[in-house]
Amino acid sequence: MAPILSVRDLRKRYDNGFEALRGVDLDVEEGEILALLGPNGAGKTTLISCACGISTITSGSIRIGGHDVVRDWRAARSLVGLVPQEITLESFEKVRNTVAFSRGLFGKRRDDAAVERVLEQLSLRDKADGTAITLSGGMKRRVLIAKALAHEPRLLFLDEPTAGVDVELRRDMWRVVDDLRRNGVTIILTTHYIEEAEALADRVAVINRGRILLVEEKEALMRRMGRKVLHIDLHHPLSALPERLARFGLQLSEDGRRLAYVYDTKAERTGIATLLAALAEEGITVADLDTEASSLEDIFVDLVQGDTDEEGRARTMAEKAA
Amino acid sequence: MIMNPRAVAAIYRQEMGRFFRTVWQSLVAPVISTSLYFVVFGAAIGGRIQEVEGVSYGAFIVPGLIMLSVMTQGISNAAFGIYMPKFIGTIFEILSAPVSAFEAVLGYVGAAATKALVIGLIILGTATLFVDLQIRHPVWMIAFLLLTCVSFSLMGFIIGIWARNFEQLQLIPLLVVTPLIFLGGSFYSISMLPGIWQDIALLNPVVYLISGFRWSFFGLADVPVGVSLAAIAGFTLICLVVVWAIFRTGWRLRR
Repeated sequence: MAPILSVRDLRKRYDNGFEALRGVDLDVEEGEILALLGPNGAGKTTLISCACGISTITSGSIRIGGHDVVRDWRAARSLVGLVPQEITLESFEKVRNTVAFSRGLFGKRRDDAAVERVLEQLSLRDKADGTAITLSGGMKRRVLIAKALAHEPRLLFLDEPTAGVDVELRRDMWRVVDDLRRNGVTIILTTHYIEEAEALADRVAVINRGRILLVEEKEALMRRMGRKVLHIDLHHPLSALPERLARFGLQLSEDGRRLAYVYDTKAERTGIATLLAALAEEGITVADLDTEASSLEDIFVDLVQGDTDEEGRARTMAEKAA
Repeated sequence: MIMNPRAVAAIYRQEMGRFFRTVWQSLVAPVISTSLYFVVFGAAIGGRIQEVEGVSYGAFIVPGLIMLSVMTQGISNAAFGIYMPKFIGTIFEILSAPVSAFEAVLGYVGAAATKALVIGLIILGTATLFVDLQIRHPVWMIAFLLLTCVSFSLMGFIIGIWARNFEQLQLIPLLVVTPLIFLGGSFYSISMLPGIWQDIALLNPVVYLISGFRWSFFGLADVPVGVSLAAIAGFTLICLVVVWAIFRTGWRLRR
């Protein structure tokens, strides 16, 4: 099946010369949730803006449901719902009216029942006759999502849905996304909270300085790039690490009862067998073992750091050459 | 989908909704200010001028008063209508929707022009409470009124898109349009001006609009009515071309 979103060599240069996107390629399949992960200014919002027709495209192409967003903009935009990063609502318009307005704007027949369904889906029924100005921040964000869903889009862009919201609201938003997933909506979600990508996404794309560094299944990514930590519980506490174990880079807990060993699951040898043998040689008896996967956060930081370092090196070399 | 009439209807309905939410401000204010104009110009000054070219001064200023309100209201309604979404950010929805420039203009300018028309008709109604009015050419009267509503709403739309802040939003209406309207013969006939000023006044485009509109009431005109009609049609056309160019290039809307 053709991807619902297909981005090819997309470049975007703003009038002030800033190159926000520098050749982005991305495919998103129908029904999946893709987290677009990147630091501030990486190009996440620009990519969304180009897809939705808010920003012009400098070069390259974007197709949504097979329709080119520039040539066939009407058909392409009809398939898309956008929840912007910033909360922007008509303050004095009733919630129900503003959702119905969005539906009309996308050319859908007036359908009060459909509007009610969307309000229901976002638990906004009892707020429907209130105006936006009377709502809390979290409720306003729900209204924005309701507006984006009002015309039954096949692709939903959620631009940092939980930026600047408290923990409870964030969980709440995650539940909303989960519901949408069950309803089969394809979602592209930008975030700089790794936790969020980890909780919601099927696939993760990492973007930095206008380029996609990688796109991968979340699970696979974490497996592939994951470092793991092996925790070793000891029968008898150690006061200090024996000299001969120094080469493993072990960490001893304060009470001396636990050792932590970091290893790379991708490496040919994890060193676990050797470590355990060495422990036995020292006469240290092991009570229990357990391992802990590193989070997406570590992976992300490594990637972005590496990318930025590379850029720095390239620049230094260019400067030297000049 | 070749056209998106539902979007036009949605924008139009939303804009009219704003009008009805502030119905007091929208309707009562022009009625009060018109009454004030009648008191000041009609009663106070009219007591000395009596008649202009055979028409009582009170009646003579009615078309000018209507034009004054319709022009300023058309501009400010349309300017705010498009500036506010830009200012608070809700414009993203219009830009990302399957809505063409033409459809957006139809919705926004249509609503602004409707409001201006309603206000114009209310002032006309209010005026009949103060003076006896006869309308010689009612069809032309409506035509002039409609074209003025549409063209000045278009102009307001352009100003709203051009403006980067509230100051700029008010700049052209206050410094250019209002003086031109006042100097354009709203309250006097150009023929009352001394010599050279008559020629200078003819450089003011508003003169042609008010003259034509007044002709439809009393059969009196400062300039031939054909010229008036050409002027208003030309002005509408210029505004349309500018709006078309704005959307084609995404100027100050798309980054």
